[in-house]
Amino acid sequence: MNATPLLSVRDLVVEFPTRRGTLRAIDKVSFDIAEGEVLGMVGESGAGKSLIGAAIIGLLEPPGRIAGGEIRLRGERIDTLAAEPMRRIRGKRIGMVFQDPLTSLNPLYTVAEQLIETIRTHISCSEREARERAVALLDRVGIPAAARRINDYPHHFSGGMRQRVVIALALAAEPDLVIADEPTTALDVSVQAQIIDVLKEICAERGASVMLITHDMGVIAETADRVAVLYAGRLAEIGPVRDVIQNAEHPYTRGLMGSIPTLTQTETRLVQIPGSMPRLDAIPPGCAFNPRCPQVMDRCRSDRPGLVQRGGRREVSCWLYEAAEKEARHG
Amino acid sequence: MSQTDQSKAPGRLARAWDSDIAYSFRHSPVAIVAGAVSVLIILAAVFAPLIAPHDPFNPATLNLMDGFTPPMEPNAFTGNVYWLGTDNQGRDVFSTILYGARISLFVGFAAVLLAMVLGIAAGLVAGYRGGWVDGLLMRVADVQLTFPSILLALLIFGIARGFIPPAYREEMAIWVLIVAIGLSDWVQYARVVRGATMVEKNKEYVQAARVIGAHPAKIVLRHILPNVLGPVLVIATIGLALAIIAEATLSFLGVGVPPTQPSLGTLIRIGQGFLFSGEWWILLFPSITLLALALSVNLLGDWLRDALNPRLR
Amino acid sequence: MTAFIIRRLLQSILVMLTVALVAFALFRFVGDPIASMVGQETTLAEREELREMLGLNDPFVVQFFTFVSRALVGDFGISYRLQQPVMELILSRLPATLELALVSGFFAFVFGVGFGVYTALRRGGWLSSTIMTVSLIGVSLPTFLIGVLLIWVFAVELQWLPSFGRGEVVVLGGGWRTGLLTESGRASLILPAITLGLYQMTLIMRLVRAEMLEVLRTDYIKFARARGLTNRAVNFGHALKNTLVPVITITGLQLGSIIAFAIITETVFQWPGVGALFINSVRFVDVPVMAAYLMLIALVFVVINLIVDLLYYVVDPRLRMDRASTGH
Repeated sequence: MNATPLLSVRDLVVEFPTRRGTLRAIDKVSFDIAEGEVLGMVGESGAGKSLIGAAIIGLLEPPGRIAGGEIRLRGERIDTLAAEPMRRIRGKRIGMVFQDPLTSLNPLYTVAEQLIETIRTHISCSEREARERAVALLDRVGIPAAARRINDYPHHFSGGMRQRVVIALALAAEPDLVIADEPTTALDVSVQAQIIDVLKEICAERGASVMLITHDMGVIAETADRVAVLYAGRLAEIGPVRDVIQNAEHPYTRGLMGSIPTLTQTETRLVQIPGSMPRLDAIPPGCAFNPRCPQVMDRCRSDRPGLVQRGGRREVSCWLYEAAEKEARHG
Repeated sequence: MSQTDQSKAPGRLARAWDSDIAYSFRHSPVAIVAGAVSVLIILAAVFAPLIAPHDPFNPATLNLMDGFTPPMEPNAFTGNVYWLGTDNQGRDVFSTILYGARISLFVGFAAVLLAMVLGIAAGLVAGYRGGWVDGLLMRVADVQLTFPSILLALLIFGIARGFIPPAYREEMAIWVLIVAIGLSDWVQYARVVRGATMVEKNKEYVQAARVIGAHPAKIVLRHILPNVLGPVLVIATIGLALAIIAEATLSFLGVGVPPTQPSLGTLIRIGQGFLFSGEWWILLFPSITLLALALSVNLLGDWLRDALNPRLR
Repeated sequence: MTAFIIRRLLQSILVMLTVALVAFALFRFVGDPIASMVGQETTLAEREELREMLGLNDPFVVQFFTFVSRALVGDFGISYRLQQPVMELILSRLPATLELALVSGFFAFVFGVGFGVYTALRRGGWLSSTIMTVSLIGVSLPTFLIGVLLIWVFAVELQWLPSFGRGEVVVLGGGWRTGLLTESGRASLILPAITLGLYQMTLIMRLVRAEMLEVLRTDYIKFARARGLTNRAVNFGHALKNTLVPVITITGLQLGSIIAFAIITETVFQWPGVGALFINSVRFVDVPVMAAYLMLIALVFVVINLIVDLLYYVVDPRLRMDRASTGH
């Protein structure tokens, strides 16, 4: 893995200045996304997953701001770019898909108008060419009779169809990275799998990487290559999907896996992690998970663990493994 | 806030001082200034008979020779000095402003009170009864709302005048004015109250009360009314500013208070007539007073609306 | 769609009939029509004869019917005060009011939208705060006071503009007298138009600002930015368009109230329009004129409401459910 990763995030810090002091929503998160890779970002509501996506594409809502760290796209820093250069990256090199297809599309413009506008913003071509591309795109995401339906307004489409349109729009300028923020949460269960498939296929075709943000571990299991687990604005664990699911190392991840019911389960109660994720202004010192951790040690309460390499592009942020790694190195 | 104070329950005044609204007021410079100005003008108007150096409404005390005296300058004929000058009839502008503000405020408060009572009653009945009563009331409200209230006030004024024999028109002018402005403005109150009533009506405690046989009026007054007071107060405050402006407008147009009892609007009208001949003070001081009054009441209303808005807290 | 139009038309007719009823009631019951029309010496017998001739002893419904049928052809009788046919009086003064209303409406819309968009896009800037503060004063200033103060500053002190009247007018075809074609006519139009339009402008500005701020918070705007669309495309192509849809319709409704507010402005500037006529009719209880003005205003409002409803339909595609396509 020596090639420059497509996206490289190092020690990202996102803060919110409030009247009662500054809140740290993302506290030194680091990860990479390789070319063509699908990285799942998983965590509870409020863990900060959407914020990372917003920070990468430069759409953090004030007063939130990036207070530290670096974001690099193909080696070049993008978190310090001025407004206009950042705008040119949006859509063209990084695309984003939002959660609610109902509100993501402007109700007053036809799908054709919105697609053509996006295409011509980034690719110089004639109106006719743009329209041809748009129709082809719609067809690719699975809208039947694309040439006719492209002239419809958003409210003429059902939820699943609308999200396909959204995906088409996000990919219209052929970005290298697509950030999908809960793309299926607002859809019917029957439609969710289809949309994820469409997203995955079309990105694979174009060699685009995907950062899939979701709280649904099942989707990650089916779709992602690697998964990052976020807790209280910090990275708990990151690694290949199969490994993390079958052999979770961070106690939080273990708790997460245990709480997902399976068909072969024989227990009558779901495993629950006692307590709840702390609020941003009440994060305990040391490891954020320590009040709830079944394997907590004294050290966890005072020192925050760093990311420990576990081999095979796997990292965990937990004192349990720091000790083990040290032994492995010195023992 | 020492430990020993905790044993005594804070007095009602202290609690009011500490409440959310009072906090918001104390921290909003705009609201404080607006409140101070309003109170100042109101007090001045209420105590006009004590403060005003002259009585501008008593023709017997007027001396035409005193007319057109500039502010703070002795009159060429009588040698009298008036703080803000005199108008064409020899009335002391300062006194007239005080008495005029008095009328404006009286009409304003009374009209708002009328509109409030009418509107709340209508809203309660419509909301509680529903059915055709509600439908009818809302139709009437809709039709009334399509017309600007100034037009309605003018119309009501004209009709009322038609009914009153000419001899009594001057006496009744102020009451007609109050009715006209009040009637043109009840709809907002009705709507808000109706909405709240309909919400409360379906709650279980109301249904329980009905099962027991409690009289609907009692239910309505005891439970629904308190919930509605907040928004009604906001509407009333802004409504007061509008009523004051409406009265001034009608008086300016010559269809308000009688000319022998000039209000601020009448003074401005007189003042306009003498602009070209240079007696600027007849126009300026009443204008400033009217503006200060309307603006401060409006600002108070704006502040009140933001303070009571749960979404902004 | 046709069902919608028919329904609205019926509603409009209903409203007009209701207003006609009120106007008619005015006519019949306010004061004594006979007393206002004849001198003191007319004997009782003569009055009774007149009463019979005018049909004042007929049953209510008959009288109402006559009233409505006469109104439909524009016959509102004779003004008590001016002894002229009411319709003639109104028609001769209508162009003056309409010109004033249209010019001030245009001014209010253009500046209202302009300021509204500016203060929404540049929140917190000093110019925005200044504009917002001035707008608050604008809402608290009575229209007549604005007019009087404008006259003082521009006509009396600076002597730039005339202080009353319409200036020279040019007669166009059909008896329409316009002031737009002469310099004095245009100069005379400025202060009244500003006076009349200022309040409306303030309302429109605040509306546009509030609406635009709401729109700028929506997901589709966020998505538009995420697609890398230029600021101009986002702010004007998307945000402004979505803002204007409700604004245009509300502004259309305002046009009706401009015509009503013209009453005040016409009085301040001695503008020879329909509003001034109405004020005098209220002062002197000239019932035919009052009734006619009432019907006229109601007609204007009803027509404007109808047009605005139709406009909404045309402009917002969501209301047009004519396409049968609903894919899944």
